[in-house]
Amino acid sequence: MQYTLVILLLPLLSFLLIGLLDSKLKPSLAGNLGTLSLAIIAALSYYCAFDYFTADRVNGVFQPVIMQMEWLRFSDSLHIDLGLLLDPISVMMLVVITTVSLMVHIYSLGYMKGETGFQRYYAFLSLFTFSMLGLVVATNIFQMYIFWELVGVSSYLLIGFYYTKPEAVAASKKAFIVTRFADLFFLIGILILSFYTQTFDFATLTAGNSNILSETAGATFLGASVLTWALALIFIGGAGKSAMFPLHVWLPDAMEGPTPVSALIHAATMVVAGVYLVARLFPVYFFYSPEVLAGIAVVGAFTSLYAAVVACVQTDIKRVLAFSTISQIGFMMVSLGASGFEGHEGLGYMASMFHLFTHAMFKALLFLGAGAIIHAVHSNEMSHMGGLRKYMPITHATFLIACLAIAGIFPLSGFFSKDEILAAVFHFCPILGVVMSFIAGLTAFYMFRLYYNIFWGEEHKHEHQPHEAPKLMTFPLIFLAAVTVVAGFIPFGHFVTADGMLYDIHIDMTVALSSTVVALIGIALATLMYRKPTQIPATLAKSSPGLYKAAMKRFYIDEFYLFVTKRVIFNCISRPLAWFDRHVIDATMDGLATITQQASVKIRGLQSGQLQRYVLVFLIGVLLAAAIAIIVYLA
Amino acid sequence: MNFLSIFVLIPTLMMLGLFLSKSRKQIQAVALTGASLLMIMAGVLTYLYLAERVAGNSAEMLFTADTVWYAPLNIHYSSGVDGVSVAMLLLSAIIVFTGVLASWKIDPLPKEFFLWFSLLSIGVFGFFITTDLFTMFMYYEIALIPMYLLIGLWGSGRKEYSAMKLTLMLMGGSAFILLGILGIYYGSGATTMNILELSKLHIPIELQRYFFPVVFLGFGVLGALFPFHTWSPDGHASAPTAVSMLHAGVLMKLGGYGCFRIAIYLLPEAAQELSWIFIVLTGISVVYGAFSAIVQTDLKYINAYSSVSHCGLVLFAILMLNRTAMTGAVMQMLSHGLMTALFFALIGMIYGRTHTRDIRELAGLMKVMPFLSVCYVIAGLASLGLPGLSGFVAEMTIFVGAFENPDIFHRVFTTIAVSSIVITAVYILRVVGKILYGKVENKHYLELTDAVWYEKFSVTVLIVAIVALGSAPLWVSNMISDSLIPVIGQLAR
Amino acid sequence: MYELIINFLEGPVPMEAYLIVSSIMFFAGIYGFIARKNLMMMLISIELMLNAADLNFAVFNRYLYPEQPEGMFFTLFGIAIAACETAVAIAIIINIYRNLQDVDVEELNQLKG
Repeated sequence: MQYTLVILLLPLLSFLLIGLLDSKLKPSLAGNLGTLSLAIIAALSYYCAFDYFTADRVNGVFQPVIMQMEWLRFSDSLHIDLGLLLDPISVMMLVVITTVSLMVHIYSLGYMKGETGFQRYYAFLSLFTFSMLGLVVATNIFQMYIFWELVGVSSYLLIGFYYTKPEAVAASKKAFIVTRFADLFFLIGILILSFYTQTFDFATLTAGNSNILSETAGATFLGASVLTWALALIFIGGAGKSAMFPLHVWLPDAMEGPTPVSALIHAATMVVAGVYLVARLFPVYFFYSPEVLAGIAVVGAFTSLYAAVVACVQTDIKRVLAFSTISQIGFMMVSLGASGFEGHEGLGYMASMFHLFTHAMFKALLFLGAGAIIHAVHSNEMSHMGGLRKYMPITHATFLIACLAIAGIFPLSGFFSKDEILAAVFHFCPILGVVMSFIAGLTAFYMFRLYYNIFWGEEHKHEHQPHEAPKLMTFPLIFLAAVTVVAGFIPFGHFVTADGMLYDIHIDMTVALSSTVVALIGIALATLMYRKPTQIPATLAKSSPGLYKAAMKRFYIDEFYLFVTKRVIFNCISRPLAWFDRHVIDATMDGLATITQQASVKIRGLQSGQLQRYVLVFLIGVLLAAAIAIIVYLA
Repeated sequence: MNFLSIFVLIPTLMMLGLFLSKSRKQIQAVALTGASLLMIMAGVLTYLYLAERVAGNSAEMLFTADTVWYAPLNIHYSSGVDGVSVAMLLLSAIIVFTGVLASWKIDPLPKEFFLWFSLLSIGVFGFFITTDLFTMFMYYEIALIPMYLLIGLWGSGRKEYSAMKLTLMLMGGSAFILLGILGIYYGSGATTMNILELSKLHIPIELQRYFFPVVFLGFGVLGALFPFHTWSPDGHASAPTAVSMLHAGVLMKLGGYGCFRIAIYLLPEAAQELSWIFIVLTGISVVYGAFSAIVQTDLKYINAYSSVSHCGLVLFAILMLNRTAMTGAVMQMLSHGLMTALFFALIGMIYGRTHTRDIRELAGLMKVMPFLSVCYVIAGLASLGLPGLSGFVAEMTIFVGAFENPDIFHRVFTTIAVSSIVITAVYILRVVGKILYGKVENKHYLELTDAVWYEKFSVTVLIVAIVALGSAPLWVSNMISDSLIPVIGQLAR
Repeated sequence: MYELIINFLEGPVPMEAYLIVSSIMFFAGIYGFIARKNLMMMLISIELMLNAADLNFAVFNRYLYPEQPEGMFFTLFGIAIAACETAVAIAIIINIYRNLQDVDVEELNQLKG
């Protein structure tokens, strides 16, 4: 399967080409070049998936394919390799990434048309695609970290694409620093893990239940085994990228970037990197520290709930979608955390990956749809929209499909994946299952609130008549909508499972029915409140103003961070340190110089140039010497 | 005289040529020719060195030569290189070359400037090729003295003060070094000052205990060791562009190189015993420099504090006393040398156009000088350790190496050092966001032009080096790592 | 006691008497050199010290090594040197006075750094 190398190298090549030539290239040429290379690698990925999944299973498991070369050597056992690891989840991710990326490339040809820096935009998109592909096919955890950082930077560059806009610059900075902060823990986790196992390789680490610790396994720190620490720290890294509470603050702000970028990076691919990381290391988590796995479930559930509540009151449509993304990633995390390893126990793992797949499609669709809407009305605010269904029929239809999918209505893809997740969570802990079902209902509610506010409700007066987006933009919408409709029927358990064995999905009717009912209630409520302009939302908001305001302000998490960074780090650490440096340490050095100078001035006073004083001193000296001589002589 | 001496000879000939040249054109021609020759020779040396190693030559130093210089005190002119010095020579050659280009239009007194600049190069190159303690010290002094004049005459701001401060503090350091060298010489009872010979002798541990801190501190001053780093912000801020580049890029590396070559190599037992003192200091350096950089407003101060942080990491890694971390230390020297030179070059170019280095006054430069701005972003990304650029490779090697020490003390300080990667990101992005992005506020900036050919060339050379080191690090890393075996052998003795 | 005085007056003059005189002269010279501010007075003080030294030469020669003449020669030599020195010094002092209208040493600080 040597051709898979091309999947990795082609976007890099396209990045270098477009990036180096930049403005010397005609915009349309740059766009077409990027899109073409993406089309090629998408085709290759499909072929690769076909190739891989039609190959024979050995002992019931698809055999991983590894190609790698040494890149950097630390010691005899620790070295970073760069290469490709093809196994069910990485192949699945290849398909997801190239599909969404290709759609975004095509879409952007229309959406970004005429923007300054069009070439730069495509260069960055290629860079991102390269990094993300490198991340998912990583053969070892350090390669993953390398590409992890690279996706972070591409995300930074793309969020800050409109670099003259202060909000975009601030958002890009925030995104980078928050994820970087999480990466710090990731790195320390890697360091601990690699020290005790003496390997970076996923293949060795996830080899199953064999003992991977080369050092004494009993090594503990503060009551927990070192491996638990390492895995918890690694999860923090994943939580940063996947916007888990409380490291989620960067994601809503990241919406300052161009909308197709939000669709690609901040909905479909990069933000699920954390989920992918946990899935990649799943056997290690499962066998060595189930307590961390339980922690992941709790964090995921809380994040999911938090984000869903906040999403209910946001007015910027991209922010709503951003919080919805956070909430859905929470679902995936919960599912992973609730998963076992073998057979039916491993349902959560499979469901999580399935949801990752379906969510990538319909969330990208939602974002691209939102992009088309923003393109038409030139605003992100819900209040500037309303009644758009008449003007934008295709966008309306596809958006509706996506909303139904995320709400979990049969037979769209979201129904299947969410159902599996709920089934797994109910199996793990019924209380958690109830909570997740409630969040599913909330999801249905806020998505339809969004839907009605955009396409129904009171029509806003527009300066220009809104119109349907050009073909280049509607094609991806239609394509993704089609995928959303059919993806649910993919027998996902035949491809991706925790233990690699074949698993047949069967729908748990009680869970399916109850979740559908909950979703329908959510939709009904939203219909009641938002389909026609009513007073209900306003009265509700008034009835509990504190809660409403807090949710609107995202429960003041951002303010807290601002306080920590601005007040604590800036004013309480850095400023005093800088002052200390100038006025204490430097002053000490200067002081030494001043003392020397002063001393020399004083000593110079002795050399008065007055002959008579010299003689006096001389005389005294002679007399003293004589006196000493006499005393010594007499003694 | 042997092949290596050509690195000292070329700058000497440059000085002669400069002395004879009359017009600015001639001066530029001489300087550029010399610098290019140096770079070519560094390339050739690297090739020859690797070829020798591949051919199976496993001597500790290659291309050794020895000439008696002053017999009564056993001072020899002896030279030789291992992987570490080859790497350093390569770095120096690149920085000197780009430094010449960066000071292409230096004014006033171009002739004198390049004369001193060449003298400085003699010191730097000589330091890296010599294996004799005293000769090494002499070259160290040669590299130090021109700095005073270069900053005092061609600098900006409080240049006399800064030049005096820098020179005095570094001279203080060199007094320690001399003391240490004499201590090693007499303590070992040797009849030679050759490092290779000295390493075979055993210095009593009681003496090592005295001289290790002395030598380490002496070189540490040049390596911006907390709390002896304060010359760095003032000195760099006042120095002209090329001098900042050479100073931060190469001269600060003399400190790390000296610590490694003399303090650790010749005094291994004391190094193991007393390393904790300096681990504390360097650990502080790393975070302290980074935190201080966050609130600075002068571009050069930011970079100077960032250098304190990064060079702290170099010394920190050396003190971890294992092969991986020391490899990382040398890689970090290379990486920091390249990117800090790039930073200073870019800051100089921006300053040359806008006449201010205050980040509060600059904004939206991306619009007016896209080339320089993109390069600045690349430098920033290298500094915050983006994979594919040099900083990442060096830092990761250091961290993995540092983690090989399993006790709590090392772990705690390693964790502190690792946390600097976040703080670095904060100050780098702060600067990039403030000066490059946003809208152009000062109307007069709209008329500014982007880089001209020699600036572009100089910056491009540095970026290519950074990318090359960052994306294909294996050969450099192996070259360095193989040369560390003798040092590790010393430590294990 | 009486005999001691008679002995002192009638016997040969003892060496100590000469040494006492020369010591007084010498210390008077030192005092003068340190305390006087006038250059001329300082010169005279120097002469006093020199003469004290000359006297010592002669006395020690006469009492300790009567058979050797070197001490006497040295005294003569010293006197000659003193004469030359005085001549030069007075010339300098006169010149200083001509230029500055002053011979007070505390005021003469123009060569001081």
